[in-house]
Amino acid sequence: MDHPVAVTQASFLWVIPALPLAGAVVNALLGWKLQRALGRRAVHAIAVAAVVASFLVALLFFTRMLGLGAEERTLHERLWNLFTAGRLSADLAFSLDPLSMALVLVITGIGALIHVFSIGYMADEPAYWRFFCYLNLFVFAMLLLVMGDNFVVMFFGWEGVGLASYLLIAFWYTDPQKAAAGMKAFVVNRIGDFGFLLGLLLLFWALGGAWTPRPAALRNLEYQPVPELGAFAAATDAAQAEALAPLVEGVKVGPTLSFRELRDQIAVEATGVRARLDGATIWGLPVLALVGILLFVGAMGKSAQLPLYVWLPDAMAGPTPVSALIHAATMVTAGVYMVARLSFLFALSASAMGWVALVGALTAAFAASIGFFQYDIKKVLAYSTVSQLGFMFIGVGVGAYWAGTYHLVTHAFFKATLFLGSGSVILGCHHEQDMRKMGGLGQHMPITRWTYLVACIAIAGFPVANGFYSKDEILWKAFTSDHLALFGAPVPWLGPAIYLLGILTAIGTAFYMYRSYYMTFTGSYRGGAAGHDGHGVDAGHGDGHDRGHAHVPHESPWTITAVLAVLAVGSVLSLFLGLPTLWTGVAPAFERWLEPVVAEVHFREAAHGTEWLFQLFGVLAATVGWLSARALYKDGRSQVPARLKERFARAWNVVYQKYYVDELYDLVVVGPAVRLAGLLSWIDKRVVDGLVHLVGAIGRLVAELDGAIDRYLVDGAVNAVAFGTAGLGRSLRRIQTGHVQTYLYGALGGALVVVLLNFLIR
Amino acid sequence: MAITLAHFLVVGALLFALGLVAVATRRNAVGVLMGVELVLNGANVNFVAFERYGAGGVAGQVFALFVIVLAAAEAAVGLAIVLALFQTSKSIDVRQADLLRE
Repeated sequence: MDHPVAVTQASFLWVIPALPLAGAVVNALLGWKLQRALGRRAVHAIAVAAVVASFLVALLFFTRMLGLGAEERTLHERLWNLFTAGRLSADLAFSLDPLSMALVLVITGIGALIHVFSIGYMADEPAYWRFFCYLNLFVFAMLLLVMGDNFVVMFFGWEGVGLASYLLIAFWYTDPQKAAAGMKAFVVNRIGDFGFLLGLLLLFWALGGAWTPRPAALRNLEYQPVPELGAFAAATDAAQAEALAPLVEGVKVGPTLSFRELRDQIAVEATGVRARLDGATIWGLPVLALVGILLFVGAMGKSAQLPLYVWLPDAMAGPTPVSALIHAATMVTAGVYMVARLSFLFALSASAMGWVALVGALTAAFAASIGFFQYDIKKVLAYSTVSQLGFMFIGVGVGAYWAGTYHLVTHAFFKATLFLGSGSVILGCHHEQDMRKMGGLGQHMPITRWTYLVACIAIAGFPVANGFYSKDEILWKAFTSDHLALFGAPVPWLGPAIYLLGILTAIGTAFYMYRSYYMTFTGSYRGGAAGHDGHGVDAGHGDGHDRGHAHVPHESPWTITAVLAVLAVGSVLSLFLGLPTLWTGVAPAFERWLEPVVAEVHFREAAHGTEWLFQLFGVLAATVGWLSARALYKDGRSQVPARLKERFARAWNVVYQKYYVDELYDLVVVGPAVRLAGLLSWIDKRVVDGLVHLVGAIGRLVAELDGAIDRYLVDGAVNAVAFGTAGLGRSLRRIQTGHVQTYLYGALGGALVVVLLNFLIR
Repeated sequence: MAITLAHFLVVGALLFALGLVAVATRRNAVGVLMGVELVLNGANVNFVAFERYGAGGVAGQVFALFVIVLAAAEAAVGLAIVLALFQTSKSIDVRQADLLRE
């Protein structure tokens, strides 16, 4: 990757995100009317059609991309300029390269399936149109995020999915708990986004350029690249820089927001950008590592990594299809996508890579351990998602970008299956989410059961389904990576340590997934009449649905089971994308697909025998987890779990209460924030309002004074003139008597005076 | 003793002064009009006298005739006003005729 990206211009890329946007707009504006006039069918027809059409268009572009050479698979379309500041400009531009293509297919494909699923799941929802409007809006924002050609468009999508996520988590907003969960997700994401922005601005700063005052009379500032950058060395003024700057070996040099331009600048040595970035420091810290870590803070928020994962389990308050689409398959993987997209940047800094991988590994282990003892089926899946996201970050952290992204794809399949399966179960049990009140559902809901089992096999890591191939590749790459560093110091043992953490997590993953499977589908049904005490988080809105049903679990409608079947088949078939080199002798299809767009990282060479052994370890880990879950939870007969719970009650409680992290947050962050808000409110009310009132009173006083002056002084003068004139008139009218002779006296007197004057003044 | 210009002028001035006094002091409107006649005729004497002793010709005499015509017209208008005044207020006392006030 030492040459610029070859760009293929394409038209109508915009159609892919525009279709869901159109669906969202139509349902937002007309949805409620359509629902009343034509029924729910019209509403979901629009929404599903929009996403399916989007998927088909994406497929068209996919086939076109297959026809291009591996190095030319960057489709690009520029719509219009968003803003230009000096030499920097940002366009509304879309690009599809193998990486974003994979994401687009997952988003629109699995998104379409989940839309179909929602038809059955949300059938009783009065605000049906609102739900589909939000779902379409989400798909639109997510497509913007992955298709954006530059940071600006990506950030639009980044914030857009945050908004859609908030709207959908708090979908049943009349329940304060759910509304609070929505707000929590939004606020925690804000914290991450702040880090993301900081990283972005720091990167922008490091690329060179300074705000310098323009000469002449113009008052605004102009953005100019600093002259130290090789390209501008000979330039002495702005005009010369303009003439010299544009291209170095066909690459535009200088501050840019476009991923491709940034990548080209770094990839082409002659631009000097890479040397500059390598040497750049801020306050003594290497800028590259700082940029990587700050960008990853954004990913932590969006992708629920330690310590910003707390919003994701609460986000399960939203409808289950939302959990599947947004909080498992797509949105939460945005952070992984971002790291993979910026792989050329992360690959430059061993410290940033080590940081990403370490946080990923810790999150994977931490979240998996919480998942052990949860009883809410959606909570188990939520913590499992956090844990699997940790795996993805291990992958993209150690530099196995294709493996991380592949895990993203496989996870999208099996986790969507699991979530939708849990949705089917919840629907079948009349909105019960507590696994203690389920059991034996296998007889009542066969399709749900088998698809759930397939997904469990996939996530646990048995080689018959896709999860094994991605997870194993990630862990193997982690084990063979010796290039990681932490805080600038190389830590060669970090890779194996992460591997160890990962393989332990894999055991845990298999354990808690099979636990949920056995608790839900085997044994005898424990729900019945007692299941309706409103225990589940989701129970509040289900009242209307319960009426007219016997209290027996039932299989879900075909829209749900068909989607489950398709996803389960996908969970198996997608394994062919990642068949390891060890087995076939050629690189996995997905690796070859992504190879032109992600950075290359060198891993330690290891013997084939070792790799076989590690694959065996992976299967062993899954088997251990599976068998222990089987022994403890199959058919709900074993008393061991209860006894263990008694024996280690304290430890069990700590884990069950999720290590009291939420309480810790309440104590450390929320509490002080609320108290600070109270203090500020007090200051606002007493001090600020007092000041405002004081200013107001002073103003009023001045006004009254001014009024008095106006009334008495100004008006007085005007009135005095008027009264004076009137008085003068009154006194003068007396000499107009009407007697002609009086006037004659006047005239004679006047004449006399004239005569006398004539004599006196000579 | 020859009669000179000065004699005529004295007569004219006397006529003028007497007329003015009559206009200014008479209460009777008709009296006032008669005073005006005196004033005009005082002026006539002067015209004729200056013509006879000064310039020579007939311009003065002609002018005097004009003044007489004018005086006749003035008297006619004046008497009409007096008549109207009398019909309005049953009196021709100029002290009481103050309708022009305001």
